[in-house]
Amino acid sequence: MKKLLTITASVLASLSISFNVLASENGVHLDHADTDINDQKSLQNGAQLFMDYCSGCHSISFMRYNRIAKDLNISNADVKKNLMFSGSKLGDKVVSSMTEKGAETWFGTTPPDLSLVARSKGTDWIYTYLRSFYADKSRPFGVNNKVLVNASMPDVLWELKKNKSAEDFNQDVRDVTNFLDYVGEPAKLVRVDLGYKVMGFLFILLILAYLMKKEYWKDVKYGNWRAKD
Amino acid sequence: MSEQVIDLKKRRFLTNATSVVGAVGVGFVLVPFLSSWMPSARAKAAGAPVDVDIAKLDPGQLVRVLWRKKPVWIFRRDAQTLANLETLDSDLSDPHSTGNSKSNQPTYITENYRSIKAEVAVIVGVCTHLGCSPTYRPELGAADLGGDSWKGGFYCPCHGSKFDLAGRVYAGAPAPTNLVVPPYHFVSNSLIRIGIDPQSS
Amino acid sequence: MDNNKNWIDQRFPLTKVWNEHLAEYYTPRNFNFWYFFGSLAMLVLVMQIVTGIFLTMHFKPDAVNAFASVEYIMRDVDWGWLIRYLHSTGASAFFIVIYLHMYRGLLYGSYKSPRELIWILGMILYIALMAEAFMGYVLPWGQMSYWGAQVIISLFGSVPFIGPDLLVWILGDYAVGDPALNRFFSLHVIALPLILVVLVFLHIVALHTVGSNNPDGVEIKKNKDKNGIPKDGIPFHPYYSVKDIVGVVVFLMLFSAVVFFAPALNGYFLEHANFIEANPLKTPDHIAPLWYLTPFYSVLRAIPPMFGSQFPGVVGMFAALLILLALPWLDRSKVKSIRYRSYPYKIALGVFVVSFITLGWLGMEPVTPVNAILARVFTILYFGFFILMPWFTSIGKTKQVPERVTE
Repeated sequence: MKKLLTITASVLASLSISFNVLASENGVHLDHADTDINDQKSLQNGAQLFMDYCSGCHSISFMRYNRIAKDLNISNADVKKNLMFSGSKLGDKVVSSMTEKGAETWFGTTPPDLSLVARSKGTDWIYTYLRSFYADKSRPFGVNNKVLVNASMPDVLWELKKNKSAEDFNQDVRDVTNFLDYVGEPAKLVRVDLGYKVMGFLFILLILAYLMKKEYWKDVKYGNWRAKD
Repeated sequence: MSEQVIDLKKRRFLTNATSVVGAVGVGFVLVPFLSSWMPSARAKAAGAPVDVDIAKLDPGQLVRVLWRKKPVWIFRRDAQTLANLETLDSDLSDPHSTGNSKSNQPTYITENYRSIKAEVAVIVGVCTHLGCSPTYRPELGAADLGGDSWKGGFYCPCHGSKFDLAGRVYAGAPAPTNLVVPPYHFVSNSLIRIGIDPQSS
Repeated sequence: MDNNKNWIDQRFPLTKVWNEHLAEYYTPRNFNFWYFFGSLAMLVLVMQIVTGIFLTMHFKPDAVNAFASVEYIMRDVDWGWLIRYLHSTGASAFFIVIYLHMYRGLLYGSYKSPRELIWILGMILYIALMAEAFMGYVLPWGQMSYWGAQVIISLFGSVPFIGPDLLVWILGDYAVGDPALNRFFSLHVIALPLILVVLVFLHIVALHTVGSNNPDGVEIKKNKDKNGIPKDGIPFHPYYSVKDIVGVVVFLMLFSAVVFFAPALNGYFLEHANFIEANPLKTPDHIAPLWYLTPFYSVLRAIPPMFGSQFPGVVGMFAALLILLALPWLDRSKVKSIRYRSYPYKIALGVFVVSFITLGWLGMEPVTPVNAILARVFTILYFGFFILMPWFTSIGKTKQVPERVTE
């Protein structure tokens, strides 16, 4: 029994260590994003950067403004002032104002919704992708990407890259990645904490249940319950 | 065989302790399942306050808007209508909304014929009997509604409850209370916001 | 209290059922670790039904809204994320429990006379559960849902003569789409759960008729005292009910660890590509069914097309599943438990377990030349276990089975 528990535990552990390791399609090495979903400052900065640089084209249409406000501890007023498109309501979903037709003309494709990109591609992919643009005159926007070859997206963060130290720029990208990780699964903010509580509760129950079992099984062990020989 | 004496007290204690902790666990598990029946974020977003422009609302005219999936009537009452409302007290169950109907209107609605501004009525159009939406019958003296004594109001087709133009229920109707007045306030002279109290805006 | 009981007992055999199946149901006293999984399977079934009922309240079974409605559950519904994770983790947990439960049967010969019918009912349950799980996986309408369904359903298209028509009939369309999603939803939430519940009932009735096997493979009913109570039996309640509670709590701890700390389990329980909405125009780079179906998927891929048809592979896959039904008659050994079996059987069982796990692993991997050869080798070993069973269970020296169960 004990042996089996240890085996199961170690299998679980090894599976979760490799969590979030997804190779990019073309085998490019992905840098470790090293995001921390409990870092509220990082999430707030990520939200601001996302709304400033990404939301012009990309929706996160499964996400509502007031949910972001509540989860990231930003006041409704600040969300309205800094994050929202004019004309939207607090309960609205974060949908880009770009029309599909406009997108087709400008980019040749519709920019994908990013609600679940962290779940389908992984945070390492996002983190590496955003930092892997390089100059390539043959492409419409003059840039190409090492992770997603011939990406239709321009290097929207080039200004940040130019004006900031490499370290600060990486942190900004990490914050955007962190925000998208949160957007991919808002429940992640409470899930792990709740998990520890549940485990603690079950542990208490386990001790009681085990003692109860031992107590009853004394009958079997010492022959107090027994078919008459 | 039975050298070991069973400690029944210990056994009973452990059984009870495990049962109680187990029951608490079941209680915890119930929370997410029961909570999942509460209005979702989508329902809450859809139930957000509704703005109604009343600049073009003529006396006697009624508009219906949906607030929290329920019809809300906004209609304009002229001086004659308001005067008629004064005469009905004896026919009504709870003319001053001080009895059963007290909780059917926000506390700041105390006068003005159950409204913030007497000439503009805002009422949830759901019968307090069994939830049908009454019909708007503003015409005076409608033969099918009691002839001359009918001063205009609402008639519920499901079970025949009658209400006046302040949403007050007539005595003898199956509906137990006056119609509900929702929380609302005037953003400007011509704009009503339904769903938010005046002070908290 | 007693009056109420009498009132009911005159009208319904409540006390009788309680005694026959719990308080006076005599169970071998030597159950070990492997005997937890039957009651755990029951627990998971109940969990899946309850969480499923609540998910059904929010899910939209149509191709336009299904994907978004799952995300709606994950975000907008209070606690919806937990209910969904319980259900998705429960699906995988069900198969882990069932596989261990079946392995227990192999270890201790629980399928052998007089328990053939219990085994057969269990196998039908297992097959029904696979169908249930497969259809459930289609519902979130992600890329894996869509393309997995496309691949599995296409298998029916390879049936000679009627294949193409059969395929269109199953789908109600010319490809996987709204009609398929809608009918799978109905089967997943109504038809198959009903079948599962009935089969579980029959499985338990059959078990309680002949009584449980045990790690020694000794029939405890052969040794009764003068009151007719098996000398090696103990009442199921309270002894095994309190023991199973311990098992349940340990299981719930492992289960919660997945639900709260790694609900997608790195793509094993929820595949990454399934977080992209179904797109009939773009197949993901690598499609694999969820882990519990992959051993059979491997068999399918291992068998090459013959006469220009994929049908032999499909037959092979279903044969791999159905051959399990014949197990009680393939096993010629006089002893049940692995403890007293001959070496040839022990080796064969080891090879079988390795083959099954390797096939499962290969089914998740892309096909490479090496993998293809491996899949064929292990497919042969898999079938070899069954085909050679009459031979290797009748050779070798078995140990003497004791009269009574050992401690």
